[in-house]
Amino acid sequence: MLEVNNLVKKFGNNLALNNVSFKTDKPEVIGVIGRSGAGKSTLLRTINRLNKATSGEVIVDGTDVLKLKGDQKLRWQKDCAMIFQQFNLVNRLDVITNVILGSLNTQPSLKAMLKLFSDEDRALALKLLDRFGMIDTALQRAETLSGGQQQRVAICRAMMQQPKFILADEPIASLDPLNARLVMDALHRINREENILVICNLHTLDTARNYCDRVIGMRMGEIVFDGPSSDLTDDMAREIYGAEADEAFEPGVTSTALGGSPMPAGA
Amino acid sequence: MTTTANPVDIYLERLHAQAKTRALYTLISIGAMVFVITSGVFFAESQNAGSLSRGMDQFWDFPVDLFVGAWDAGWGWFGLLGKHAPELFRTINLALFSTALGFICAVFLSLFASSNLIASGWVVSFSRRTLDVLRSFPELVLAMALLFLMGKGELPALIAIWLHTVGALGKLFSEAVENCDMKPVEGLQSAGAGWWQRVRFGVLPQVLPLFFSYGILRLEINVRASTILGFVGAGGIGEALKTNISWSFEPDIMAIMALLVITITALDYLSTYVRNKLIGGIRL
Repeated sequence: MLEVNNLVKKFGNNLALNNVSFKTDKPEVIGVIGRSGAGKSTLLRTINRLNKATSGEVIVDGTDVLKLKGDQKLRWQKDCAMIFQQFNLVNRLDVITNVILGSLNTQPSLKAMLKLFSDEDRALALKLLDRFGMIDTALQRAETLSGGQQQRVAICRAMMQQPKFILADEPIASLDPLNARLVMDALHRINREENILVICNLHTLDTARNYCDRVIGMRMGEIVFDGPSSDLTDDMAREIYGAEADEAFEPGVTSTALGGSPMPAGA
Repeated sequence: MTTTANPVDIYLERLHAQAKTRALYTLISIGAMVFVITSGVFFAESQNAGSLSRGMDQFWDFPVDLFVGAWDAGWGWFGLLGKHAPELFRTINLALFSTALGFICAVFLSLFASSNLIASGWVVSFSRRTLDVLRSFPELVLAMALLFLMGKGELPALIAIWLHTVGALGKLFSEAVENCDMKPVEGLQSAGAGWWQRVRFGVLPQVLPLFFSYGILRLEINVRASTILGFVGAGGIGEALKTNISWSFEPDIMAIMALLVITITALDYLSTYVRNKLIGGIRL
């Protein structure tokens, strides 16, 4: 389904990804964990081709998607929807338009430029919004929504792309526990109901354990752990997180569990 | 189709209504635009003394005279460039000084015309009206009035360009300030920073590159304006141009026009370069 081989990404002399390889055959939820700067975001952005890889390949259905050009490259980006930490919606447009923008890749260009979307597209967008409990905001501007609401709109936009994969880059890092849970539930549901592969960067252990079938641990651009989330022991996590370990899996310091103890500063 | 209140259908219905209103407004504005353009063309045609086709025959007479005159002057023509250069410097100097002065005043006035910085509607409204008034007089009109009062010289031209620059730049500046991100300002406010401190560290770093970019564009406009003001008695290259045109000194006219084109082109290159530098990575 998706195979990443020897992916290398350099920023100047800085090695952000160092020979990253992994492979998956089934639509699972993969959590990528590691301290900030470990290369988690770079990995997802490189797969989506927001970043240019220095070397390596990403094989999907027998083709190296890093070598695609022009329309084929755009089609690949349509196939692997991204979800961002800061939501990346167009603030000044209303929610429904934001969702429909997910289908730009398959829209006839002139009609799309004039904002003439078909009733089918509108209905599809509304159904998605309804599914994630956001339909009542359909006509509001995106900037009037709270963070958790914006992220759910972003998920609707991603689903509007009718993707094969979803790459979520720290989707819950700026959300409160309740909203974080709604967003993670949504991603999990998408995976289970539509068989879409979800790769999700996370910064807390319990979220990875609760929502992911498989966990990839990264450290300084390299994969140091890859296995089912049940194998992710505290010792292993200590290895992945190094000096930040105590903050990352302090019992109760969680991003999606409700009713835990308050987060310490800097967590 | 079900008649029960399915939320998807309800919103689809609302979107249809919205689209209809939008289509109506678009149609009205397109209609208005077509009307204005066509009626403008007919009006201009009916008001014209001569017709365009008749003027076309004589269109090249003057430029041809200029080139012939410059050619007859031979190598001496290049000396004329040097002869008129001091006048050009006076004009550029006038533009530089009035733009700089106008820039500084516009920065301060624009802050008071920005509703996101000033809570009092009266202050904002007063500042905006001041900018409107300053902007509404063309430099030429203002300069002619001042030249009449103060006599010939550069000072009336300087005041005219300065005031117009304050009005024009102040308007653009205050719009830039109103569009800036208020989160950093809020951050400073929460830390107990005063108004001037918030402006200095919350607003200016966001807007200064844009300010400079507008300012350089204005400098270009002001070089042209100060040339034109030379025609009405402000000195500089404009006055030289006027004199030489009235005496039909073709080589001189040609030299002055060459100087002006060179200056404006050089300024254009310079401003593009500086603007790119500023917007690229200014640290303030």
